[in-house]
Amino acid sequence: MPSIGLHHYLALSAVVFCIGIYGMLTRRNAIGVLMSVELMFNAANIALVAFGRFVTPQLVTGQVVAAFTIAVAAAEATVALAIVLLIYQHHRGIDVDRINIMKW
Amino acid sequence: MDPITLAFLALAFLIIVASLFVVSSRNIFHSAIFLILALFGVAGIFVLLEAPFLAAAQVLIYVGAISILMIFAVMLTARIADGQLRYTNEQVPTGLLVSLGLLVVMLYSLWQTPIPTSAAAPVSGAGRKLGELFLTQYVLPFEIISVLLLTALIGALVIAKKDPRAASAADDSAADVPARERERAVV
Repeated sequence: MPSIGLHHYLALSAVVFCIGIYGMLTRRNAIGVLMSVELMFNAANIALVAFGRFVTPQLVTGQVVAAFTIAVAAAEATVALAIVLLIYQHHRGIDVDRINIMKW
Repeated sequence: MDPITLAFLALAFLIIVASLFVVSSRNIFHSAIFLILALFGVAGIFVLLEAPFLAAAQVLIYVGAISILMIFAVMLTARIADGQLRYTNEQVPTGLLVSLGLLVVMLYSLWQTPIPTSAAAPVSGAGRKLGELFLTQYVLPFEIISVLLLTALIGALVIAKKDPRAASAADDSAADVPARERERAVV
């Protein structure tokens, strides 16, 4: 078996990303959808850091972008969970199937 | 097999299995726990990729903050014991088709693309370099990220603040018990 290289990390990233897409498309619970989105963020981060490590090992640009991604993901999760709580207050449920109006 | 290969395989297995449980677990609380496991695995992958700062940030921000936030939201909204409710919508075949199709396309293109890799040793002291870059070349995005985080914080506070119309019915402690019973009756 060849030693672990860029392609292995990218394949792992692709697998995790597709699992996230599946969860995002099929979950009914809004928090489940958010968790799937976090999985996709992580897949992208793995790809970014792996590219940085194997293509430009002398620079840390990939890590810089991944750090920004983590910060944006934190902001996204905060706002999204606040919205979920608000939806729960209004609908007494967070099934994304039933949230079909954007105005309350 | 050298230890790096072994560690990568173990972490990849952990991440993939945990991710599958995240998207397929019936109980949303179990999903949150498996999400933590998967995020830990990603932190391990960052260690293997010689990005120690990112591994630490991953544990602090994802495992420590975002997952706990998710668990809080689960506790505040979902009825934990609703195992018998449907947890997927009717898009399971479509979702499987889309995700598997995308996976096949991505893996195939990955297989076909020669990526010019460099065999040079990774830069030593990546954390120090990262800090320098944040405060020199990437100082503008860095500051914008700070403002974004602050905005998101304030926005979340404003959004999650109780709506006075909804609060008038539910916030009163005397009306709390009937409200809950009504909720149960709706279920």
